[in-house]
Amino acid sequence: MSKPLELVCPAGTPTSLRAAVEAGADTVYLGFRDSTNARNFPGLNFNRRELEDGIAHAHDRGVKVLVAVNTYPEAGDPGPWHRAVDDAAAFGADAVILADIGLADYARRTHPGLRLHLSVQASASSAESIAFYHREFGIKRVVLPRVLTIAEIAAINRTVPVETEVFVFGAMGIMAEGRCVLSSYVTGQSPNTVGVCSPPSHVHYEEVGGRLVSKLGAFTIDVLEAEEPVGYPTLCKGRFVACGRTSHLFEDPTSLNAIDMLPELMDAGVTALKIEGRQRGRAYVSRVVGVFRRAVDAAARGEALPPDDLRALTEGQSETAGAYRRTWH
Amino acid sequence: MALTKKPRRKPKSNPQLTLGPVLFNWSAEKWRDFYFRIADEAPVDTVCVGEVVCLKRWPFFEPFVAEVVERLESAGKEVVRSTLSLIMDARDLDSVRAISVDESHFVEVNDVAALTLLAGRPFATGPMVNVYNEGTLDFLERRGAKRISLPVELPRASLAALARQSKAELEVQVYGRLPLAISVRCFHARAHGLHKDGCQYVCGEDADGMPLTTLDGTAFLRVNGTQALSDTYGNLVCELDELRAMGIHRFRLSPQNVDMIAVAQAFRDVLAGSREPEAALGDLARLAPGISFSNGFFHGVEGVSGVGPLASAE
Repeated sequence: MSKPLELVCPAGTPTSLRAAVEAGADTVYLGFRDSTNARNFPGLNFNRRELEDGIAHAHDRGVKVLVAVNTYPEAGDPGPWHRAVDDAAAFGADAVILADIGLADYARRTHPGLRLHLSVQASASSAESIAFYHREFGIKRVVLPRVLTIAEIAAINRTVPVETEVFVFGAMGIMAEGRCVLSSYVTGQSPNTVGVCSPPSHVHYEEVGGRLVSKLGAFTIDVLEAEEPVGYPTLCKGRFVACGRTSHLFEDPTSLNAIDMLPELMDAGVTALKIEGRQRGRAYVSRVVGVFRRAVDAAARGEALPPDDLRALTEGQSETAGAYRRTWH
Repeated sequence: MALTKKPRRKPKSNPQLTLGPVLFNWSAEKWRDFYFRIADEAPVDTVCVGEVVCLKRWPFFEPFVAEVVERLESAGKEVVRSTLSLIMDARDLDSVRAISVDESHFVEVNDVAALTLLAGRPFATGPMVNVYNEGTLDFLERRGAKRISLPVELPRASLAALARQSKAELEVQVYGRLPLAISVRCFHARAHGLHKDGCQYVCGEDADGMPLTTLDGTAFLRVNGTQALSDTYGNLVCELDELRAMGIHRFRLSPQNVDMIAVAQAFRDVLAGSREPEAALGDLARLAPGISFSNGFFHGVEGVSGVGPLASAE
């Protein structure tokens, strides 16, 4: 039997944390309830007390906790980000997940014993980039951007002495993460500093002639016929016109599902699998984590993966292998 | 911070204009002739040369690089060699390596990976390297950053805070479409029903990017291969004085398919105090008919917005 891949699961709330732990997570990741993490949606995340309790709950059950402090500190006001790192360390987090070079430098100098992971928001998409963060800050693990093929991931694992964690399920990042200001251009709120892309405060819906128009700021992101399912108007998942054709030019409303690729990811030398979805509820987390738990264990035993259809949980009920297959490019 | 230990070097207060790299897939001849004309006529101090969006385009430009660089340098311009924005594989890295072996030019880093190859020598960073705060600025300065072109979305408060702290020379883009996103996926190819590997170089059809409109017909973005740009041209001609008062003295013009010599002259005249910003704004509007200008990022609102004189110029 091979070593099972580590299953890293989303905890948007204390309830989801308990659900993920119960469903078989090896590790959960979460963030403070402020702009220091990249899922700063209303009603999500943890206050200090909840985060401390959450870590204790997980640790009692042998589950690790990673604290995402993965936005970019604002010039002139690094305090909230420094405090987030300090508190995560004080509460006994197993690692912090960082994106900003300056914050990684701070964490390295202030908490030399704290394990550092590099967030997907740092967009470290090559061995040389990862090597930079390893050399300078002692990064132990990198969450790989969702732009790499499995062959490229394998090449990275052969080259750098850093663990890799890859996304296997959930929303797709289309643009290089941490390097996209589309939402900022339309809403004035930077995902990089405020921690929220396509913020709900700037979303509105209008009914025009029996059709539903979804808008982000002043711009129409999609127009839906009565029978079409209403999706959240995330900017890069919208429908636009280019070349005289209407299409989801950046990406179709689809979700990543790499469950069939677990054996390949093991062969590629990946250490951990990440399930996206801190904005998802308890039922979703339980279901997805449970399915992946069984799949990860089966893959480690070299057995065929147990059948389980997660399609009902994916956006637009369609799935993609994303950049893991080059056809996506 | 102990000021006595390390006195802050004041950056040159003489304003400098940088012409950013051509972002679009122009024909190689158009590309060469553009730079020749810049060399001969444009009142800019520095010119960035190199492909930053898609390496597939580079073989077409590469044969002309030596003569372009020579022409620019003969005309007294500083040449900066720009590198790719999204580095993923060995070929991407080789392109940076090929540029960085030539130590006579400043290399502009656009992906952190390039830092590994430039260890121990002075470098510049481009606007797609995330320098949001003093901590990152300080770290990069300690590693050799001499010039930092800041991300386009930074508001004035951030720019001022960074300018107070910086030892490196800071640069802000003051003209041209704003680089908003980069991806591994080619949206240009996708719009034409093609795959990136068989793209037929369709991005070459759109010298100023492929227009992308909303379903209700509003101009929104421009697609440039794997890159998304704003439909508006960022324009900070009316903010130059404020930027200089902060201590930022280097300004980037991003090449568009318009008369960039005249654009550079308009900025130069405002910097020299020989033309009022509002008058120059009128000149710039005439040079780019049909184009909306934006300055919202600087003013801390939606990047697409035109604030102040830009709002009344609409």
